[in-house]
Amino acid sequence: MTDTELRVSKIQNGTVIDHVSAGEALHVLSLLGIDGTEGTPMSLGMNVPSDRLGRKDVVKVEGRELSDSEAEVLSLIAPEATINIIRDYDVVDKRRVERPEEVGGVLVCPNRECITNAGEPVEPTFAVLEDGLRCEYCGELIREDITAHLRN
Amino acid sequence: MRHDHLLTAKQLSRADIETVLDRAAAFDDNPAAAGERYADELLALCFFEPSTRTKMSFETAAKRLGGDVVDMGSVESSSVKKGESLADTVRVVEGYADGIVLRHPKQGAAKMASEHVDVPVVNAGDGAGHHPSQTLLDLYTIREHAGLDDISIGIMGDLKYGRTVHSLAHALTNFDVRQHFVSPESLQLPRSVRYDLHEAGAQVQEHESLDAVLPNLDVLYVTRIQRERFPDEDEYEAVAGEYSITPETLDAAKDDLAVMHPLPRVDEIAAAVDETENATYFEQAHNGVPVRMALLDLLLDDD
Ligand SMILES: [Zn+2]
Repeated sequence: MTDTELRVSKIQNGTVIDHVSAGEALHVLSLLGIDGTEGTPMSLGMNVPSDRLGRKDVVKVEGRELSDSEAEVLSLIAPEATINIIRDYDVVDKRRVERPEEVGGVLVCPNRECITNAGEPVEPTFAVLEDGLRCEYCGELIREDITAHLRN
Repeated sequence: MRHDHLLTAKQLSRADIETVLDRAAAFDDNPAAAGERYADELLALCFFEPSTRTKMSFETAAKRLGGDVVDMGSVESSSVKKGESLADTVRVVEGYADGIVLRHPKQGAAKMASEHVDVPVVNAGDGAGHHPSQTLLDLYTIREHAGLDDISIGIMGDLKYGRTVHSLAHALTNFDVRQHFVSPESLQLPRSVRYDLHEAGAQVQEHESLDAVLPNLDVLYVTRIQRERFPDEDEYEAVAGEYSITPETLDAAKDDLAVMHPLPRVDEIAAAVDETENATYFEQAHNGVPVRMALLDLLLDDD
């Protein structure tokens, strides 16, 4: 599948995530909580030639706009990504992801003894380090495979 | 000290620590000076895990300052048993008292609690996380015996789960201290603490045996290795024996080595060590009162 072919499958309302690091598209889908069983129309391009990245992945999801906290985590998985919000076939918002100082909401702390896993009214929050994430409550580090810690 | 709460030892700068220790020393020298500094103030003691020692120490400190305490009592007899969240509990208690001392089994509990209330929260232990008031009394004791600069300290025992160790290690990075960690491989420092020590540029060495490093130490901080950390009794016995202290162990140490322990101990320090000049752990425990007085005085001061 080429970039040209991908462009053909336009979506009406939803999100196009472009310039995803090659091979990361499936992680982006799991960030969005999409595994195909929910019937959301979507298309996926993997290892598509790209001027900027050499190879890139592209994810198009119908009927779904990325929340701010999802966009923040996206920046950790795919630092070069651009997010295009589509309404009625038009790009109404196009932005690069920015690496935040802190992410919250979509990740779960891997430490079972953390207060954020104890049924308390508290949102797990992570400081973004150069080489990973760190729970603001218990100090636990997430160094690799961030997507393994996404909230279901 | 400009902090609303005391949650971790990590938040404390060298200046913060020295402010607390200096004030503690003043209270220690002249207990009457504490007077009625804390008159009419009430400190809430919320202990979700039993800890007679820490609780009594805070209670004594509040009363020595002229204040008083209200005690949540044991978890078994409280509304927590009925499923009330910690967040709700502290919001209710905030209405009763001028400060909250919290011991809780979950890591980060004190931080979360502090986000729900306007009164100062003191973390008196959050699972395997932090125990900063213990750290301050440890530092006070170390300063009295060896000073806090250009010293070597050995920290031995359960370094993985021991929150007193984690808090102390963080705090010592503010000073010119060489830290030697002595433990069985399975109980070495957790990754998150290592990360912080590395970030702080601490002088750290890890050892599986005390022998090589003991002669260089000014302070030896011993912690308990718990039975439940090991799959079977034999393994525990073997390891525990290797990381315990007797008067004979101390033959190889400097004469003025200070042996410390956060207490309670079981058999990691033989009773015969109590009779040596090196035994510092009971004095350390007593230091909890002036240090917690200083801490409360600084945190609860309205100015
Ligand atoms: Zn956590």
